[in-house]
Amino acid sequence: MQTLLDFWPDLEKATLETLLMVGVTMVLALLIGTPVGLLLYLTGPGGLRRSRLMHGLVAYAVNVLRSFPFIILLVVLIPLTRLLVGTSIGPKAAAVSLSVAAIPFFARLVEQSLRDVPKGVIDAALAFGASTRQILWQVLIPEAMPALLSSLTVTAVSFIAYSAVAGAIGAGGLGDLAIRYGYYRFETGVMVWCVLLMFVLVQAVQVAGGWLARRVDKR
Amino acid sequence: MTEPAIRLDGVAKRYETAHGAVDALLPTNLSIARGEIVGLLGFSGAGKSTLLRMINLLERPTAGRVFVAGSEFTALAEPELRHARRRIGMIFQQFNLLSHATARENVEFALRIAGTSRTERRDRARVALGVVGLSDKENAYPAQLSGGQRQRVAIARALVNEPDVLLSDEATSALDPHTSLSILRFLKQLNQERGMTMVVVTHDIKVASYICGRALVMEKGRVIETLDMTAPAPISPLGRFFMETAKGWTDATELPHGEGG
Ligand SMILES: Nc1ncnc2c1ncn2[C@@H]1O[C@H](COP(=O)(O)OP(=O)(O)O)[C@@H](O)[C@H]1O
Ligand SMILES: [Mg+2]
Repeated sequence: MQTLLDFWPDLEKATLETLLMVGVTMVLALLIGTPVGLLLYLTGPGGLRRSRLMHGLVAYAVNVLRSFPFIILLVVLIPLTRLLVGTSIGPKAAAVSLSVAAIPFFARLVEQSLRDVPKGVIDAALAFGASTRQILWQVLIPEAMPALLSSLTVTAVSFIAYSAVAGAIGAGGLGDLAIRYGYYRFETGVMVWCVLLMFVLVQAVQVAGGWLARRVDKR
Repeated sequence: MTEPAIRLDGVAKRYETAHGAVDALLPTNLSIARGEIVGLLGFSGAGKSTLLRMINLLERPTAGRVFVAGSEFTALAEPELRHARRRIGMIFQQFNLLSHATARENVEFALRIAGTSRTERRDRARVALGVVGLSDKENAYPAQLSGGQRQRVAIARALVNEPDVLLSDEATSALDPHTSLSILRFLKQLNQERGMTMVVVTHDIKVASYICGRALVMEKGRVIETLDMTAPAPISPLGRFFMETAKGWTDATELPHGEGG
């Protein structure tokens, strides 16, 4: 039986890899998923820039990506991953698939968060002569902020879990470590530590996200 | 000879829905003089909000032309229309304040849109909050205010641009009678002091009889009668129903051909 000290370096490396994968994924989900979500909302039914064609196209792409089981997406995206990061294994490679899954996931949550802003508040803004851009920045985004932060939290928590799934194809990170030691080498101790660390990560994200969302919520 | 504050020329609104076309407003002509307070009275679904929203083009009419202070709103391009809307204030049943913004920031919103400078915004918002008697609440969020106070913030937001016209969609319907009356009294005062033209949507004859010079009774997308609130002589059953209700419910109050709800 190994002691914690023996596999500490492995655990540390795996934790950092998980943080890297999830971090990159979250940044891309935020940077790309947010505008996609806005587009879905603005071109959607009752939207300020209603466009059946645009909405249909974007919604279709989002749905296709979202309907892939993640493990399949990992495999399907191997060529794209090779193209983008030069390899199909390791945390950087996994970040590609994770991001491809996270962007539509977050975009849908953004769309829903915006849809939950009362129609009347937008009517009032229009009645006072606001442009679409002003409504976006001064009404929709700030009014939806608590919901947007909750969406971000949900996405982060989900993709910490997905990053462990990516471990199955050698992504690195805590999930990978848990599988290699716990499953292939029957080193239950390592696996328990990995799971514990993931739990702490999820918990930290949940608490921080909840705190932030409550802080901006003035309702 | 003077230009009316608001003129609707054959204005109509038809919604195409999955269940077919809905004529929310049949072709309507309407002229409202400067300084008038006109009520739009009717049951739920009569087309009152639709008619009101034709005036500032929150909904686009499917036919007809809309004039406000002599300029044809229906002929304006989007940017000019946005600009022109600043001459029209609007208040709503659900207040429609920004929940993330304080009372003062909510009032400032109307000025921020117009590109007013930060300091001028703050000063004018403070003045407007003073006018509605909420100077001590400028830093409160809507959630921390009562319904009546929220509506006062919304009125301050509508007033801060010093509009010529105020549109009110059931502004007192979510408030208790006492608060309603205080809001209506305030609106009446604004009308008398500033000569502000008002269009007041309500299903409540008490509101119309208190504040309006005349009320248009609406049913099924049509104005069926104009009640002169100063000398009421209603002709239609619906008009009679409303005037009788103004005196209070009695057993004799006749429901016009089984409508309501
Ligand atoms: N966006 C819409 N789509 C379809 N029908 C609508 C829409 N808005 C209003 N209507 C219909 O138009 C009619 C008039 O509505 P409205 O003007 O809101 O009535 P009121 O304000 O008098 O209660 C109703 O039958 C309503 O269902
Ligand atoms: Mg209505």
